[in-house]
Amino acid sequence: MYAQMVKSTGQPVKTLDEMDPLERAFQERINANEMIEPKDFMPDSYRQTLIRQISQHANSEIVGQLPEGNWITRAPTLERKAILLAKVQDEAGHGLYLYCAAETLGISREEMSQKLVDGKARYSSIFNYPTLTWADIGAVGWLVDGAAIINQVPLQRCSYGPYSRAMVRICKEESFHQRQGYAMLQTLCTGTDEQKAMVQDAVNRWWWPSIMMFGPPDQESVHSAQSEAWKIKLYSNDELRQKFVNQCVPQADHLGISLPDPDLKWNEETGNYDFGEINWDEFYSVLQGNGPCNNERLGARRKAWEDGRWFRDGLAAHQAKQDDAARKMPKVA
Amino acid sequence: MSKEWPLWEIFVRGQHGLSHRHVGSLHAPDAELAIKNARDVYTRRREGLSIWAVRSRDVVASAPLDRGKLFDPANSKIYRHPEFFSIPEEVGPM
Amino acid sequence: MRPSQTDNTLTTSADGPDTDVLFCALLRLGDNCLILAQQIGKWCGHAPDLEEDIALANVGLDLIGQTQMWLNYAGEVEGKGRSADDLAFFRDTREFRNALLVEQRDEDYGGTIMRQFLFDLWHFNLLQHLCQSSDSGIQEIAAKAVKEVAYHADRSTDLVIRLGDGSDESHRKMQDALDSIWFCVEELHSPDRMDEAATDLGMLPDLVKIGVDFRGQLSNILAKANLTEPSDVAMRHGGKSGLHGEGLGYLLAEMQSLQRIHPGAQW
Repeated sequence: MYAQMVKSTGQPVKTLDEMDPLERAFQERINANEMIEPKDFMPDSYRQTLIRQISQHANSEIVGQLPEGNWITRAPTLERKAILLAKVQDEAGHGLYLYCAAETLGISREEMSQKLVDGKARYSSIFNYPTLTWADIGAVGWLVDGAAIINQVPLQRCSYGPYSRAMVRICKEESFHQRQGYAMLQTLCTGTDEQKAMVQDAVNRWWWPSIMMFGPPDQESVHSAQSEAWKIKLYSNDELRQKFVNQCVPQADHLGISLPDPDLKWNEETGNYDFGEINWDEFYSVLQGNGPCNNERLGARRKAWEDGRWFRDGLAAHQAKQDDAARKMPKVA
Repeated sequence: MSKEWPLWEIFVRGQHGLSHRHVGSLHAPDAELAIKNARDVYTRRREGLSIWAVRSRDVVASAPLDRGKLFDPANSKIYRHPEFFSIPEEVGPM
Repeated sequence: MRPSQTDNTLTTSADGPDTDVLFCALLRLGDNCLILAQQIGKWCGHAPDLEEDIALANVGLDLIGQTQMWLNYAGEVEGKGRSADDLAFFRDTREFRNALLVEQRDEDYGGTIMRQFLFDLWHFNLLQHLCQSSDSGIQEIAAKAVKEVAYHADRSTDLVIRLGDGSDESHRKMQDALDSIWFCVEELHSPDRMDEAATDLGMLPDLVKIGVDFRGQLSNILAKANLTEPSDVAMRHGGKSGLHGEGLGYLLAEMQSLQRIHPGAQW
């Protein structure tokens, strides 16, 4: 998802009896659906896993600004320009909320940002694909934000208080994102033949990467069991992916476009849509840095971070001078 | 050399006369810009009419381990709640 | 060098000279907002930090909203059925009426902030007076915009003072930015024939008077920021009568491409 393949302990989940008393008390609180707060005791592995998960999630929001931001200057109407700018701005806000949530675990934003631009931290595979036409902006809103919402809604109930609260805020704001994407596609689909072809082409390119967003199939998700026990992952990758596919098929029908999967068909028995084989080689290759836009995305973030340093330092330097001056002022009784 | 801007806790009072409520955190180099950043980050959807910003390091918090002794004693004081007392209906609202 | 003040590229309306003056004034107001918003839009996702990214986008959103109001009104006044979008996406370089200041390219964020600051401070002064315009349409739009721009000016002033004073590097960047864009300042408060006609009709305030206030405030703020007002700079004019730099053509080509490829399509 926005956080894909987050490493946790890599060990089988311990039973309550195998835990020391502190850890056991912690796990029992989670089992009782109590929230864990920053100053509460937590096992170091829980803390480290959460730092990885939340910072990856934040990184995805930040890098996620880029493919859509690519079209702000070319949006075809003033209203579309405003909507897109507001939306991409929201992504920055979401990154900010999430970085702040991660900071409560004892890592600084500076460190997380540095790791991202050094290529040492992950972000979602989906943002390494290019937005080639205006219809891509609609497709990203419909499919990518749609997939994100399916993942994020349950995270509002995750066990870590600051993460859960950030997700509540994000979900509230995110609700307009998917709708604006779908509404834009509706407009294009009722437009000229070229516009409709543009939509079909965009959906053809974004469909598979979108369903890959949920991460590898459950039997390959080695870290899921522990994350589920900690309630920082509430549903399995395959469950969420199936939910997403089921939701998209009728929506695509309504638009009058097809999804690029010949094996996609309703299964009466399971009550789900069956779908074709996912190309996991592509997924892993993109994660390893070989997607179509990995270099551009990281390059853009690195440039913003490095070119912006003087700005951040300049403002800090001004405040340091003010503090100095205040210290030197004679105290008046 | 890079010195990260300090973290601030942001409290916003909404439209309906309720108290300021914690809405989240952000980074800012100084108090004035903390208020401005809070305005831009946390009131984009008409959420607020007033903002407080407090340096995160200045927030004093109760210790989690004290939870029991601080808060459990209130549990037994059920007579502090109006439902504890039954008033005959004919007396009217009270 | 001052270009010719005659302005032959304007579409003239059937309703006579007063309407032409109003139409021209509205295009100038709207185009400034549009071009600056377009420049701001490309920073989204690339600003020096997250808080700044979000704050600048808010400024951009306000300016897009103001563009819509000014250009919609301009279209109404013109009476040829052109919408704000028609005016934004189907005019060519020579028909744009923005001041040179807002079309200047910013390779560096210092340039972005300095351009924004100069514009905001002037814009705020102008809008305050436009709230008393003899034209009720202008009054109405100005009353809404002035609150937004009061905040813009406040914010960019804060940044200029802090960065000008801040570190050696931030000081140098801001001084460089000021030096390189200074040639655009005078145009903001130098009335041409069209401005004077609008002032005579009470639609626009006297730009010379606004210039006095604006330059006074500007000097104070630059002093607080430890920045030196450039001298001996040859001032340039022309943007607001359609004589732009070469950069504007590229900006418009990018902005208008989709509409131009698919004319008449709905988006």
